[in-house]
Amino acid sequence: MHELRETFSSRHIGPSEIEIKEMLEFLNYKSLDDLILNALPKSIYNELDDEETFLSEYELHNNLSLIAKKNTLFNNFIGMGYYNSVLPSVIKRNVLEDPGWYTAYTPYQPEISQGRLEALLNFQHLVVDLTGLDIANASLLDEATAAAEAMLMMYRSDKQERTSILISKNCHPQTIELLKIRAASLDINIDIDDFTAFEPQTHFGVIVQNPDTYGNIVNFSSLIHDVHESSAMVAIATDLLSLTIMKTPGEMDADIAFGSAQRFGVPLGYGGPHAAFIATKEALKRMLPGRLVGLSVDSLGRPALRLALQTREQHIRREKATSNICTAQVLLAVIAGFYAVYHGADGLKKIAKRVQAFTNLLYHELISSDFKVLNENFFDTLTIFTGDQTLEILNRAEKLNTNLRKIDDNHLSFSIDETHSHDDIALLIEIFTANKKIFQDRDLLNLNLRFENSLKRRSSFLQHPTFQKYHSETEMMRYLKRLKSKDIALDESMIPLGSCTMKLNSSAAMAPISWPEFANLHPFVPIEQASGYMQIIHDLTSMLTDLTGFHSVSLQPNAGSQGEYAGLLVIKKWHEENHSADRKICLIPSSAHGTNPASAKIAGLDVVIVACDDEGNIDIEDLKQKAEEYKDNLACLMITYPSTHGVFENSIIEICEIVHQFGGLVYMDGANLNALVGICKPGEIGPDVAHFNLHKTFSIPHGGGGPGVGPIGVVKKLSHLLPNHPLVVEAGPQTGIGPISAAPWGSASILIISWIYIKLMGFDKLKLATKIAILNANYLAKKLETNFKILFKGENALVAHECIVDLRMYKESVNITAEDIAKRLIDFGFHAPTMSWPVLNTFMIEPTESESKSEIDKFCNAMNKIAEEINKISDGIWSKEDNPIINSPHTAEMVTSNNWDHCYLREEAVFPSVTVQNNKYWPPVGRINNAFGDKNLFCSCPPIESTVS
Amino acid sequence: MRFSKEHEWVHQKDNLYKLGITDFAQSELGEIVFIEFSEIGKHFVTGDEIAVVESVKAASEIYAPLNCTIVSVNNDLIDAPQLINEDPHGAGWMLEIEIDDPSSINNLMDEEEYKNFTSA
Repeated sequence: MHELRETFSSRHIGPSEIEIKEMLEFLNYKSLDDLILNALPKSIYNELDDEETFLSEYELHNNLSLIAKKNTLFNNFIGMGYYNSVLPSVIKRNVLEDPGWYTAYTPYQPEISQGRLEALLNFQHLVVDLTGLDIANASLLDEATAAAEAMLMMYRSDKQERTSILISKNCHPQTIELLKIRAASLDINIDIDDFTAFEPQTHFGVIVQNPDTYGNIVNFSSLIHDVHESSAMVAIATDLLSLTIMKTPGEMDADIAFGSAQRFGVPLGYGGPHAAFIATKEALKRMLPGRLVGLSVDSLGRPALRLALQTREQHIRREKATSNICTAQVLLAVIAGFYAVYHGADGLKKIAKRVQAFTNLLYHELISSDFKVLNENFFDTLTIFTGDQTLEILNRAEKLNTNLRKIDDNHLSFSIDETHSHDDIALLIEIFTANKKIFQDRDLLNLNLRFENSLKRRSSFLQHPTFQKYHSETEMMRYLKRLKSKDIALDESMIPLGSCTMKLNSSAAMAPISWPEFANLHPFVPIEQASGYMQIIHDLTSMLTDLTGFHSVSLQPNAGSQGEYAGLLVIKKWHEENHSADRKICLIPSSAHGTNPASAKIAGLDVVIVACDDEGNIDIEDLKQKAEEYKDNLACLMITYPSTHGVFENSIIEICEIVHQFGGLVYMDGANLNALVGICKPGEIGPDVAHFNLHKTFSIPHGGGGPGVGPIGVVKKLSHLLPNHPLVVEAGPQTGIGPISAAPWGSASILIISWIYIKLMGFDKLKLATKIAILNANYLAKKLETNFKILFKGENALVAHECIVDLRMYKESVNITAEDIAKRLIDFGFHAPTMSWPVLNTFMIEPTESESKSEIDKFCNAMNKIAEEINKISDGIWSKEDNPIINSPHTAEMVTSNNWDHCYLREEAVFPSVTVQNNKYWPPVGRINNAFGDKNLFCSCPPIESTVS
Repeated sequence: MRFSKEHEWVHQKDNLYKLGITDFAQSELGEIVFIEFSEIGKHFVTGDEIAVVESVKAASEIYAPLNCTIVSVNNDLIDAPQLINEDPHGAGWMLEIEIDDPSSINNLMDEEEYKNFTSA
């Protein structure tokens, strides 16, 4: 009985059938289809004609558990930057599995983000302490792309304008391959050699790995000294756990340290998502890419956190940004930070020493069995000369369900991690020697640890109270709760951020990512051990091609920015193949998101801006003129569709034709794909390449600012150019552009979320979701129009799935800005919409299909109430200098203070409407002073005196 | 005092000229938190990037209004960039420059012209 099954779509889609009817009546449309036909240009309308197939939650989990069983979990010793780890249950249950953490957005509105900002500050503090450097950011995407960012920092800082870099051949192979791609697109020459091959005349920098990919630990101090003699720099790829006992990059005077924080409690997940880290010296802080959390003060002068030095970032610097990185891996960085908080310095050292002791035990056992171990000093990894025994050992390993790393026909290697026990040591010895032996704890005592004194860490770390207070589960649980309740996430209220698609991230889709068969698989296992993942990856790929109309899809890019970069490289390579290597002009409309020009720049393209008209659409005449002017050099146009102004541009097909006519290709930024799924296939209306943000349209949570996933789709003629991977041939075509991410399928474990979302909805209800998203946006726009002006509209005065509310007039009349209104919304318990983008002093609002009419009404009532407050100011009832908007948000402390000398009531400050009284969110801090924090940059846990004051 | 379309002012003092941004420019940028200068002694052609100022929300390049060479920079701004907001035409000066062709200063706007330019 098909129709009697539980449907997920009715849980995912917010408005009830009655509400849908009411909203349509309010908009004067007879039916949903009537509205959609009027909102969408007919030329692009192409409704999916698909029978209704979907799974109920129960059916889905049954099906998925069968797929999960197809992943085989061998004993894992592969290493190469990915290790098994133990995620403490208190963190798993209260962070990874808690929507209060995973449904939050990037902390752009700091007053409602103090919890995750503190968690990120813990992460930065951890990285600074362990690397021994001065400043660390709030995470990067993965270790290999962190290497690329380090390379760019050194390249841009070089005053001598040298154009070559030396990469140690002992770096992880996936890092080296990715660096080759990144360097080539900027014409940087790469020399891969021993680190002693440094040439002062030619190399602007050196990247080494310590411990290196074969497990060796080296004291690089004298090399670094030599490199500094010629004003070049050194970046060290490193491992946080080893740094608890090993001399730090900072102590060796390295300029940059980077690596992966994965083994701090984050599951392997078949390659991701994980948090990478990067740290540097004070002098390079403005070159640091990505998010940076810093300390500032609020309106009461108390310490408060916010994102610092945002002027470095792509959304402001555009093509002049230091990087196109537009996100972090917040949820994973938060977990890694909490792992360190929970274990503390002593706990981490204990883990490290156990790993080191097991590795030493193996060293002595193998030496005494006449194996040649190549390592002098090591931490967790050994490389062994196995000569003509190699095959025999590998066969034994396979019989014993064990994965080792095969370096070449004569060498094998293995890595030890915190999950390994005496039994694993016995297993390895049996594999190598064919002898069974039993090991016990006492075998670890009196071990002669092979570790030169000069390589030992002597400095203390994590002495800050945060890393000493929460070692009991009770204390930890309460700390996590305390931080979570400071933030507004989707578990509190609607997050109306335009262009961010803050839809439901269902529990049904989230739960399976922690199933062991998905969580504990190493990315470089033989492909037949990952059959379950392969099924999901193939399935998701084909569902995405069906939905978008593109010929092929790559799931590798692990953020929207990486999708853009990958897509642009595909375009560049296609032109090269067609003998047009000098096609390097990338046209970008002035309304584009800042990441577009930043990505174009690091892909080695030159940006030319195309104007927009007063309606916010691309100026066709300007486009024609520029396409023609650059007809011999035109690489592509980057366009967002529907536009960043929230409108279905009528001329999209014509725009694509103009670009094609002059030899260019069209790149579509799919940030707004939620307005198209099921009713328009972008791959069939002109664009040649597009990226899709799975963390927007396909329900992966934003994680408080990452992870994101940005697959790209391409038309047939480009499909042989999609990303691939040096270690896993199945990851992409051999003719492709190379790796974009460290792992073959990027953030593989969260692809499961999108797979589940599509399976639960079914194509038919995905189409309905799109229509409801458009209905909700138009309903909201019309509701707000009584008091506010909607800036841009498309055909029939309708918007797409979001709308822009003009707030510019209030600056002149009552000295109120979009930011003031954003902060006032906090008093109503709402996260602000997207602020001042793409038009200064406006709000961009996107309700998504998941919000019910009643929640949208609540939001509109808050906005309309604020409009009344603005009227009170313009009528002179409240002054421009003292009113609840300009003083917002109001903390509990402010309104309970004995001194209340404002011209409005305390009740008006914190209970501005009846609904607020029933469910009050209390902001933990008042308005934050951004300028103070940027002028007095401080990016680690604050000294105690400042928190007590 | 002369003004450029990029909202810089240039003011003669003996044989040298001081350069800064106008009151209009500082009020558009908001509270300035950082300034970075190009190297002293370096020569610039009109339109070259000669310094960068940052507020919390914007980064703005300062372009050479004329062909010139940097003679010195206002080091007070490194610790107190807010001087640009507080006294843009005085203590908030940025660079001291030597102009290749002193007569080229006549290509810039005078006070009246700049006033009309910003109110247009």
